[in-house]
Amino acid sequence: MSIMVVLWSVGALLATSVLAVAMTGRIAASRIVYALCCGVCLLLLGAGVTHLGAVAETAALPLGLPWVGAHFRLDALSAFFLTVINLTGAAASFYAIGYGAHEQHPSRVLPFFPAFLAGMNLVIVADDAFSFLVAWEFMSLSSWALVLAHHHVAENRRAGFVYLTMASFGTLALLMAFGLIAAPSGYAFAAIRAATHSPWKPGLVLALTLLGAGSKAGLVPLHIWLPLAHPAAPSHVSALMSGVMTKVAVYGFVRIVFDLLGPPAWWWSLVVLSLGGVTAVMGVLYALMQHDLKRLLAYHSVENIGIIFIGLGLALAFEAYAMPSAAALSLTAGLLHVFNHSVFKSLLFFGAGAVLTSTGERDMEHLGGLIHRMPQTAFAFLVGCIAISALPPFNGFVSEWLTFQAILLSPQLSSWGLKFLVPAVGGLLALSAALAAACFVKAFGVTFLGRPRSEAAERGRETDRFSLAAMFVFAALCLVAGIAPGLFIDALAPVVKSLVGDRMPAQLGIEWLSIVPIAESRSSYNGLLVFVFIVFSALVAAQIIHRFGSHALRRGPAWDCGYPDPSPATQYTASSFAQPIRRILGGVAFGARERVDMPAPGDARAARLDITIRDRAWDVLYTPIARGVEFGADQLNQLHFLTIRGYLSLVFVALVGLLFVVAAWP
Amino acid sequence: MALIVDLAAQGAQMIVVLALAPLLLGFTRSVKARLLRRRGPSILQPYRDLLRLLRKEVVLADNASWLFRTAPYAIFAATWVAAALVPTFATGLMFSWSADLIAITALLGSARFFLALAGMDVGTSFGGIGSSREAMFASLAEPAMIMIVFIVSLIAGSTQLSVVAAHMLSHLELRVSIGLALIGLVIVAIAENGRIPVDNPATHLELTMVHEAMVLEYSGRHLAVIELAAALKLLMYLSLIACIFFPWGLAPYGAGPRDMAFGAVAYAIKLAVGGFFLALFETSTAKMRVFRVPEFLGAALMLGLLGTLLLFVSRSL
Repeated sequence: MSIMVVLWSVGALLATSVLAVAMTGRIAASRIVYALCCGVCLLLLGAGVTHLGAVAETAALPLGLPWVGAHFRLDALSAFFLTVINLTGAAASFYAIGYGAHEQHPSRVLPFFPAFLAGMNLVIVADDAFSFLVAWEFMSLSSWALVLAHHHVAENRRAGFVYLTMASFGTLALLMAFGLIAAPSGYAFAAIRAATHSPWKPGLVLALTLLGAGSKAGLVPLHIWLPLAHPAAPSHVSALMSGVMTKVAVYGFVRIVFDLLGPPAWWWSLVVLSLGGVTAVMGVLYALMQHDLKRLLAYHSVENIGIIFIGLGLALAFEAYAMPSAAALSLTAGLLHVFNHSVFKSLLFFGAGAVLTSTGERDMEHLGGLIHRMPQTAFAFLVGCIAISALPPFNGFVSEWLTFQAILLSPQLSSWGLKFLVPAVGGLLALSAALAAACFVKAFGVTFLGRPRSEAAERGRETDRFSLAAMFVFAALCLVAGIAPGLFIDALAPVVKSLVGDRMPAQLGIEWLSIVPIAESRSSYNGLLVFVFIVFSALVAAQIIHRFGSHALRRGPAWDCGYPDPSPATQYTASSFAQPIRRILGGVAFGARERVDMPAPGDARAARLDITIRDRAWDVLYTPIARGVEFGADQLNQLHFLTIRGYLSLVFVALVGLLFVVAAWP
Repeated sequence: MALIVDLAAQGAQMIVVLALAPLLLGFTRSVKARLLRRRGPSILQPYRDLLRLLRKEVVLADNASWLFRTAPYAIFAATWVAAALVPTFATGLMFSWSADLIAITALLGSARFFLALAGMDVGTSFGGIGSSREAMFASLAEPAMIMIVFIVSLIAGSTQLSVVAAHMLSHLELRVSIGLALIGLVIVAIAENGRIPVDNPATHLELTMVHEAMVLEYSGRHLAVIELAAALKLLMYLSLIACIFFPWGLAPYGAGPRDMAFGAVAYAIKLAVGGFFLALFETSTAKMRVFRVPEFLGAALMLGLLGTLLLFVSRSL
């Protein structure tokens, strides 16, 4: 029943796309399309939530390959990801009812938005390799079209090109992965699950999946497209791409590695954990160096993907050493972070979108003081910042806390490689959490606090009702998931049980909504009590002070040690805030260099400070590849200018070579 | 009945930490003055300072936002809750299971988050410099702290402080990793509280300052609350060191009033010893340059990582 609801809803989304094309040019088109998307997403959300603990349902449609058809299946894992996607999908659509009015070329966004949602939902329910890949590619292409919505900006065209290249590469890797694990009886997931693989295959498939799904998710060093493409799209699409599409990639990884591949080998976790740890730290370091608000958020998604992969890697390690309860804890931590990140990252992108429409600026160096002009947006954005910095009592902390608890279980693993790697990964995780807090102090402090750095920031106005409603719902969700995490952990139990064969102990029965992952004597956390405590202490302190102390208040000019400077340029900027961290970590991480150009005495020109930061992935990996491709193309170019004899002999040689291969094939 | 006793013990702890925090600060200052051959103010001076600040009016910068006015209470509340969750005179208090050592570390992170934001609110260069440097210190101190938490909880098999204290008490043994954790925690405590050699709590208007630069725009009751939070933080770190590494005298769960009183006396002695050593250390060293601090904190991080590695390799190290 649920699976049919999902398929019909996907159909409805596609129909909405067609409707959007038909309504091109109408003023009301934007509102109608987004309202329809929001409604369908809510329906899908309902289907996902109600199906979390239910039995898997399948359906086959006579589409796709002849005689094979397209298979769809809704099991616990799909239901969870369906929930994540459509929660954000509904909120983004609702947000866009207001936000979409600012779009200059709605016809470049409207038809692709529902198609993008449909594509992501189809990936989640696909039950054979063919439908999976078609849906995956459909998702990539529709999001590519959305990235190019503002194609007149040269930067966005470049982003679109890089994205398209990386997306095609990722799909190619996944195609080969499926080719390797395909069962003799076909490409259906059920057949793949049942097949036995020769020993070398699963490792190769893992590598290909890491390339395919990892490039979509943004694992370092495959992340380069992400900070270009996510900010280029309109903000509600950025929220979907950053908050949800990266999660679809995580789904692809979990589906293939945990579900289809069979029992993991011990060394898989080494690869996944090291990638996760490096991704987490590099992602947040890149984010810290940005001064474009949306690009900062996009880079920060890379960090969170790293945290999720640390959870998944730990789960693989525990599974390989037959410790199902520990594997369940790690996997729950990873999947809970999937949910949490989709909530607060979308919230932050909504906020960035509100700032963008209100001031026309994405560059933090031109913003500032928006807390006075956009108080509600500022409040919601602040909640998102606290949550994403993994600070209690909000939700980001819970999933990181669970990951730390899983790390503390890992001395029981008997592999020496893991004994050395896991503490290092724990250190990287702690480092990335601390840097994330610094990053969001910077993001909020420079954008919303201080004095306006430009006229645009001075003119900012509060955003529309729809956008605010979407932001506040997600801000509330951040708090709820932070103070009642047991609810979400228990909801994940069937998903985790279906993948690693065990689940975390039930949390909802524990008094006061505590969470106890292993045993109470080992660790427990109670977000509700911490929240109540903080609110209570703050109120008591405020009450007592206002009662017995003075409550007089006077406004005056800022003190600033007696020399306040009226120019807003004397404030700390995004770059200067990050300077200390750039100085201690930037040299190693991205060859950061500062060059001071100080004019000689008597020279009237202004002094300059130039900062260069390089994404080393480009230097080490992509530039050589691009050069190689260019060189190869240049060499092959000469083939265009051969004589007729040359071509004939080329054909002859090719023919002989082919015959030789056919003859030599066993 | 038992519930009321439990609640009373928890409430007593909350009030004890709040009441003792300024005293510890005054004691440390007075010891420091004596070591420098000065008379120094009375050890009750911090209370007088706080009362004076509470009675004064607040002068708020023209463009200060609501965040600037609420942040002091948020900082104070988060720090107070963290301090109240560390066992001082008794373990196993009623709410001690609501947050473990990782959560306590993160609560201090929440307080710091608001403090750094408050520093940026008015938009002055001093506030910005303080916030930016605090963010740099924190980004090394916090992972170092987490690695120390790892060491402690790998040894005790728990991240709950009460369980850790009980374990340390029943398994008295010399371990390399405990030594590493102790040194690391002392470094982190010095850096987090802005003491010499990382920052100088006694100076104003100096370009190296961090904490004082962030709170430069605060006055009156807001400043009082922030100063009290800073005192609480110092007390919390000393209690934490005492509870993990010197858990003697801590009253176990369900102990009678005699044990509790004994625990309180032991706690007072531990605080006095801790405060004395802090003053001694501060007078015998000089403040370091800002960009030397990352090396200092990096040492704590490396010690923590080394200790954790040792424990992963062998449970007995």
